[in-house]
Amino acid sequence: MKLLLFGRLGERAALPPVPAGIGDTDRLRAWLAEVDPGLLDGSVRIAVNRELVHANVPLAAEDEIALLPPMSGG
Amino acid sequence: MIRLQAEPIDPAALLAAFTAEAAGAGAIASFTGLVRAMSDGAAVTRLALEHYPGFTEPALAAIAADAEARFALGALLIVHRHGAMAPGEPIVFVAAAAAHRGDAFDAVRYAMDRLKTEAPFWKREEGPDGARWIEARAGDHESRERWG
Repeated sequence: MKLLLFGRLGERAALPPVPAGIGDTDRLRAWLAEVDPGLLDGSVRIAVNRELVHANVPLAAEDEIALLPPMSGG
Repeated sequence: MIRLQAEPIDPAALLAAFTAEAAGAGAIASFTGLVRAMSDGAAVTRLALEHYPGFTEPALAAIAADAEARFALGALLIVHRHGAMAPGEPIVFVAAAAAHRGDAFDAVRYAMDRLKTEAPFWKREEGPDGARWIEARAGDHESRERWG
């Protein structure tokens, strides 16, 4: 699974690879909270394959996950 | 039409080409946004605008499509830059061609108000006092609210 970090998140320490078995975004959030507490501070949104997700969605190994802090606008 | 590019923006050349293609329009309005040298009282020496390829472009295209649906336009162009920029350099260029000035003015302002609040960019300002990530300003959100 590819995990992309944008904005200020890109300056944090690199994350370990997402373990196999993280089958949905709820489990991904829980794993992220364990490996990097404070990363998901409530303002960070998640996109799966370049689409924002608003609920728990299933994840597959080939998915591209993006963690998006608040955008600045253009 | 939208364009997202790392290369410098040349507003005069863009406006000339846009005008040449907008034959029959009665009005063309354009806006050029420049990188500010001062931001909230802090000097800016460099601005970095990060985007998400494949995610940012559709968001810009949606703003352009909404402007075209909302106003009677002959043509609309949004050119946005990403990457590293210096103060004074153009960061965004918007032009609208219409039969009458009202639609041209309004479409440009509408597109800019949406871009300033919704465009998926992450902005980092660097200056003598360090670097900081910027979020959309309260004034930008107020401008956005005007359009419902």
